[in-house]
Amino acid sequence: MRAFYETELTSSLMLGTAGYPSPAILAKAFKASGAGVCTVSLRRESAGGAGQDFWALIRELGIPILPNTAGCHTVKEAVTTAHMAREVFDTPWIKLEVIGHTDTLQPDVFALVEAARVLLEDGFQVFPYTTDDLVVGEKLLAAGCEVLMPWGAPIGSGLGLNNEYALRAMRSEFPEVPLVVDAGIGVPSHAARAMELGFDAVLLNTAVSQAGDPAQMARAMALAVEAGRAAFQADPMEPRDMAEPSTPVIGKAFLS
Amino acid sequence: MRITLNGEPRDVTAARLTDLLDELGFGDARVATAVNEQFVAVADRAGVIVAEDDRLEIVAPMQGG
Repeated sequence: MRAFYETELTSSLMLGTAGYPSPAILAKAFKASGAGVCTVSLRRESAGGAGQDFWALIRELGIPILPNTAGCHTVKEAVTTAHMAREVFDTPWIKLEVIGHTDTLQPDVFALVEAARVLLEDGFQVFPYTTDDLVVGEKLLAAGCEVLMPWGAPIGSGLGLNNEYALRAMRSEFPEVPLVVDAGIGVPSHAARAMELGFDAVLLNTAVSQAGDPAQMARAMALAVEAGRAAFQADPMEPRDMAEPSTPVIGKAFLS
Repeated sequence: MRITLNGEPRDVTAARLTDLLDELGFGDARVATAVNEQFVAVADRAGVIVAEDDRLEIVAPMQGG
């Protein structure tokens, strides 16, 4: 597995912490998932607020923390949020989201590239939430990003990999770059497919936290990611349109 | 003086940001701050004086995807 800013992950599953029925179920799901990274956020806090307990909970998970800039719509907002996250979570990692469209939560890729440049110059290690556009990917890499995280489908939609062709093209175009499908994963087969395409990890949240049994779904995702990775390494056969007998024809008895 | 704390009006006494955080009950809490949309690092808080009508944002770890 490729390293993420020189950090080797213990699993190709990156799991979000939002939307679980309770903190106990969150902890159980993470344990079942064996996730290699947890994603977190920042929100306004009142004295004695829930943030302090949550901080204790995620530290107990004992895995790398990837804070996001979710909900930010401008470069300034995202950059300021990143600075706050670096201090609170004590990590240079930042999942950079600059949202451009309210309904699809599609990233504003122009602002994303600019924000990435600013943060990289300031020593951040940027994980950009981007589209599957190759040109944008090139610009993010030119800015200094060492990871790309294209969407599979809109955040929280569970639609899977909407444009597999584009994701394959990204894998082919950037063979040395760690790539993560971030957003859109709904069921384990989506996660397995992303890994079969040669992606280095998948990042998902809602598919687990909103499942009827989050811990069971977390385990299913972990198995899917592992299966997909093993399949990619095994070099899958090429599909074909017409049948090809798997049983040898030569030597068949003449009986008609 | 009256400031805006996390988007809501709030009457406070202390002006130095470190003292103000104590007054608001954040003592040793793990939070990050911004004054008038500018990030203020922990190390800089003692040197920041909050004035009437300033906007103070205090954020903490929260669930996220």
